[in-house]
Amino acid sequence: MRTINQFLNKIREINQRYSKPKVEMSRAVKISLAVLRVYLFLLVVLMVYKFITVMNVL
Amino acid sequence: MDFFSVLYYRFKKVWKAVRLYLVIAGPGLVVMIADNDAGGITTYAATGAKYGYHLIWFLLLLIPVAYYVQEMTVRLGAVTKRGHAEAIFESFGAFWGWFSLIDLMIVDWLTLVTEFVGMTAALGIFGVPAWLTVIIVVLLMSIIVLNGRYWTWEKIALGFCLLNLIYIPAAFMVNPSLSDIAGQGLIPNLPGGLTNELFFLLMANIGTTIAPWMLFFQQSSVVDKGLQEKDIKMGKLDTFIGSIITVSIAIFIVIVTGTLLHGTPIDDAATAAKLLMKTNHYVGAFMAIGLFDAGLLGAICISLASSWAFGEIFGWAHSLNTKVKEAPWFYISFFITLATAGVVPLIPGAPLVLITLFVQVIAVTLLPAALVFLILLLNDKKTMGEYANTRLQNIVSTLIVVSIIILSTLYGVSALFPNLFQ
Repeated sequence: MRTINQFLNKIREINQRYSKPKVEMSRAVKISLAVLRVYLFLLVVLMVYKFITVMNVL
Repeated sequence: MDFFSVLYYRFKKVWKAVRLYLVIAGPGLVVMIADNDAGGITTYAATGAKYGYHLIWFLLLLIPVAYYVQEMTVRLGAVTKRGHAEAIFESFGAFWGWFSLIDLMIVDWLTLVTEFVGMTAALGIFGVPAWLTVIIVVLLMSIIVLNGRYWTWEKIALGFCLLNLIYIPAAFMVNPSLSDIAGQGLIPNLPGGLTNELFFLLMANIGTTIAPWMLFFQQSSVVDKGLQEKDIKMGKLDTFIGSIITVSIAIFIVIVTGTLLHGTPIDDAATAAKLLMKTNHYVGAFMAIGLFDAGLLGAICISLASSWAFGEIFGWAHSLNTKVKEAPWFYISFFITLATAGVVPLIPGAPLVLITLFVQVIAVTLLPAALVFLILLLNDKKTMGEYANTRLQNIVSTLIVVSIIILSTLYGVSALFPNLFQ
């Protein structure tokens, strides 16, 4: 239990430490990150769809 | 100055540069040669067996692709003194950091499983049981890493890189026709047109040339070795030589299987080694030894890439220059990653085909993100200063990265839905 708490505290500390991105958020950076989010979202949708279809076959 | 004085002066200058290179050489050579891992050997063997020498020109195109992507990690590591995982956390925040780190853990572990599959299959050809191979590999890799010095680790890794050159004598032993290689292989052509099968194989070749772990590994390796800004030039040369060697090895594998197995469908490199043994015992044995070595090199680098990334983010000591007492979590995470992946091929009925599929698909989620972050980081003039990407470097690297993203996405999607492109 103590180890889990220590681990969770460490994750909180990391989240705190890196809460603010240091790179200058220029238009190019913002667009790149937005496109990346959409791209990854579509990939996740495809993977979930594949998982559901495989489960249906089984 | 007379002629001999000039000659002596030039020789001394070149020799000094060579000595400096030999000191700095390592991260680029190791990452590039380890890129020809067990999965890579299978891809190249299948390419040669299916299309003969016809796709050698395509492999040559991968030299600049691999170089331009990897040299960016040299600059980033030498300037920021941070690994790729830490650089992503710091520059883009915790969300993208965790996404990259967790994705890297999953894809590295799955790839490690495929390395163990390759190594057990390779030594299985010589009658070594799979469980013994796993034990030997885990022990060997632990000994290599636990010596407490980056320098020693790197030199041992370079020794295994040398063994990877075993495909070169193998290619000479099969007596290929040089005119056929030049005529069929060096002129760009698509044998039988751009069929679904050919497209899949081309994408697989790209997928094995640029893998997400390579970015994380080389940057962390540059940091652990302690390369400075002044070493960037030599670090880039190291990467360039490595990219030439890795593609050359791939070409020699294609020549071996293209000469002896052309037209024979093969599913993996171990099958190719067995088939080659029927024609030429030594060539088959070389193929099997090379496969084992490729899996071992891949496993060394991939497991380290994960441990370095974990150490960077969790703030553990994470250097190969530290002893186990000084960096226990670094070595524990290395050992756990290695041992758990090694156990999977020993489980009867383990879904190894599914794991291979997952590697392809999950790598597709990580690779575009890691590459986009790489270009954005290299454009951060505040951090990179004079080592930031120039306009020309941006044009070239963006073109390469966009092409890799499109092709690797198609590769991943075609792995998920095999009938989609038929």
